[in-house]
Amino acid sequence: MSELLVMKGIVKGFPGVRALSGVDFSLRAGEVHCLLGQNGAGKSTLIKILAGAHRPDEGTITLGGEQVRMTGPTDAIRLGIATIYQELDLVDGLSVAENVFLGHEHATFGFARRRAANRATAALLARLGHPEIPPAIEVGRLAPAGKQVVSMARALSHDARVIVMDEPSAALAHDEVQGLFRVIRELTAQGVAVVYISHRLEEIREIGDRVTVLKDGRTAAAGLPARDTPTGRIVSLMTGRDVEYVFPPRREAAFGAEVLRVEDLSVPGVFSGVSFSVRAGEIVGLAGLVGSGRTEIAEAVYGARGAGGRVFVDGRPVGRGGVTRAVRLGMGLAPEERKAQALLLEESLARNITLGSLPRYSRLGWLDRRRERADAAAQINAVDIRPPDPDRPVKTLSGGNQQKAVLARWLINGRRLLLLDEPTRGVDVGARAELYAVIRGLTDAGIGVLLISSEVPEVLGLADRVLVIREGAVVHEADARDLDEHRVLDLVMAAQDSTPHKEEPGD
Amino acid sequence: MTNHSIRRPGRPYTGAGLLGAVGRARHLGLVLALALLALVGLVTVPETFATTSNVVTVLALAATIGVITVGMTFVIIGGGIDLSVGAVMALASVWATTLATQSYGPMVMVICAVLVGTGAGLLSGFLISYGRMVPFIATLAMLVAARGLAERMSDRRTQLVQPGNSALVDLSSGRVLGLPPIVFVFAAVVVAGWVVLNRTTFGRRTYAVGGNPEAAKLAGIDVRRHTMLLYGLSGLCCGIAAVIIMARTTTGSSTHGDLYELDAIAAVIIGGTLLTGGRGTIGGSILGLLIFTLITNLFILNGLNTSDQLIAKGLIIVIAVLLQRRSLRSRT
Repeated sequence: MSELLVMKGIVKGFPGVRALSGVDFSLRAGEVHCLLGQNGAGKSTLIKILAGAHRPDEGTITLGGEQVRMTGPTDAIRLGIATIYQELDLVDGLSVAENVFLGHEHATFGFARRRAANRATAALLARLGHPEIPPAIEVGRLAPAGKQVVSMARALSHDARVIVMDEPSAALAHDEVQGLFRVIRELTAQGVAVVYISHRLEEIREIGDRVTVLKDGRTAAAGLPARDTPTGRIVSLMTGRDVEYVFPPRREAAFGAEVLRVEDLSVPGVFSGVSFSVRAGEIVGLAGLVGSGRTEIAEAVYGARGAGGRVFVDGRPVGRGGVTRAVRLGMGLAPEERKAQALLLEESLARNITLGSLPRYSRLGWLDRRRERADAAAQINAVDIRPPDPDRPVKTLSGGNQQKAVLARWLINGRRLLLLDEPTRGVDVGARAELYAVIRGLTDAGIGVLLISSEVPEVLGLADRVLVIREGAVVHEADARDLDEHRVLDLVMAAQDSTPHKEEPGD
Repeated sequence: MTNHSIRRPGRPYTGAGLLGAVGRARHLGLVLALALLALVGLVTVPETFATTSNVVTVLALAATIGVITVGMTFVIIGGGIDLSVGAVMALASVWATTLATQSYGPMVMVICAVLVGTGAGLLSGFLISYGRMVPFIATLAMLVAARGLAERMSDRRTQLVQPGNSALVDLSSGRVLGLPPIVFVFAAVVVAGWVVLNRTTFGRRTYAVGGNPEAAKLAGIDVRRHTMLLYGLSGLCCGIAAVIIMARTTTGSSTHGDLYELDAIAAVIIGGTLLTGGRGTIGGSILGLLIFTLITNLFILNGLNTSDQLIAKGLIIVIAVLLQRRSLRSRT
């Protein structure tokens, strides 16, 4: 079979990071080609290049034998490459047909020809095997699976030859995934090529024809048979890495008293029955995929998300007081989205650092600005933020230094427990080791740390104890030294129907 | 680790000194505009413009909306908007001039106006923060309802300040150091506003809540309580403004303060405060307000059409916002 799409030697760099350093990828008409790789391996950069959202620094893209050069997403659509992102880009308030033809409406002199659009949409939906979806219904009223079908209908409406799907099964229940697979088979039978990204090996075995594995921005293996390649080989292709992380040595001293106790925490539909504890000086890691519920667990512990169950800090219940109470009891959170959830980007470094401890500098509401500045400067030195200028707007700092600023915010007022959600996201490799040392340094001061990361080596290297989360439940708990990357990846990617947590009683 | 990603070639980072200078320069622009308007006044109406009585008129005119503008600046920096200010001021003036309130004397009238204003503001704030209503809608509802209540209480009649309570009117007609006391009230509110915004935790939190509410919440700030207090503060300013307008007009009326919300918002925007929240200054708002007041004054002194005056004000808002956007873009 001839190759429909060939990407050769693709290189893409961002300021401070080289996301792709030579990726080869090829796609045949009528096949489902799976793209595998750990977080940060370069999958999303690659599909964004394919979607025309990024331009490669080097390398060539050949489509149907002709070399193409795309300058924007519209070029990709015109060439017949459609991308369905994880967060579906549908407008909830418009009808199915209006969504399908958004941007290329059936219209005469600007007047929408609704009936024609509805008829064409019905034809597309039938082609996808879902004639039961009415074209005139509002998209917001459809279930996630239905929305996915609408996204695919939109792709088809552009006569797409290549459809890229980024974790399409993440939001779907088990039987809905089967429906999705039926649609994919319909498409491939008509000669459409599908690039399928998923962390779930079982799905890849079922729907995939070939597999390409990315690792650290390179192609680790291309075109492996999806059904017959042993799991062990795939996992070792994903994990054997060029970059070795440097982790600080673990604490030898015994841990202190229990700082955090979580009992039977649950948020309906997200996670349930989560219980664990963190001791003073201990780092507990939560390993799991995006969407497994790990971030939500941290938010619930922090009081930022309503949840059932109980949370204690030093034996005192957090109760219904929310974040304010959690902070008063000595918790601190370094959230996943640093810029959106933690920083005042326009404000100075010093003001960002003292944001969580303003009452310390206030006498009857009056700010003691000299003490505030002195404390901020001391923390800047303690965690080594560079450049050490308290007045510099925080948006001009690098990712690693911004993360240090968030940590400094909590160090300034003697925290008991820190929740770190993806602390090294967007931090380049060199700065990571420093950040790891800072985090380890926290525990020397007797702080308990709950660490969340989708990078398994990071959890294993930094944490003392690891909880593996899969689909909203703790499926394994062990000393970090008794686990290896293979084992954790096996656990987080295991087939979803093997988990018994779904029939849990209670509300 | 290197910091190569921080310094961009050709655009060296020049430190907070420059940022401060840009901020001052922005105020400088406003001061220049103000000076230009004064020059126009001196040239076109030399015999009336630079007189003591005209300066007093301008300041007294600015005092009412000025006090409201201070509260509005807080609300807008905190990421909200308050459309109810004019109506709340009218309600406070009516409530304070009912015969029942007046029978207790001028002090009680002042306290009444301030309490009514603060209460209305806190109610809007409660609806916004705990009732999760959009500020625009909640304060629009307050605008309509407060006007209605003011009409009902006053039977749509203008209520005069009784002769026995003329101490209140002295706030406008009396002179301290050559100026009516309401000008000092205005100045005191501005200074207090500046101090609260720049020197207290409340002010710092206001910037945080408006700049990034999610970050503020996750840093342990009670964003909802703070939001409610911001509207309470705006209401308090309306109450003080009600005292000023009662002194100036010797009346309480449900028609006081019509469209004041627009002038106050415009002054805040001209002053360089971002409508999206997180940035802004009291000084800028006051300069913006003085520019507006001076335009009104010049049109009146020159005997020009008031419709043209509105057109001029509209143009100034557009120009100010365009300049603001440019200075923002050049910085990011």
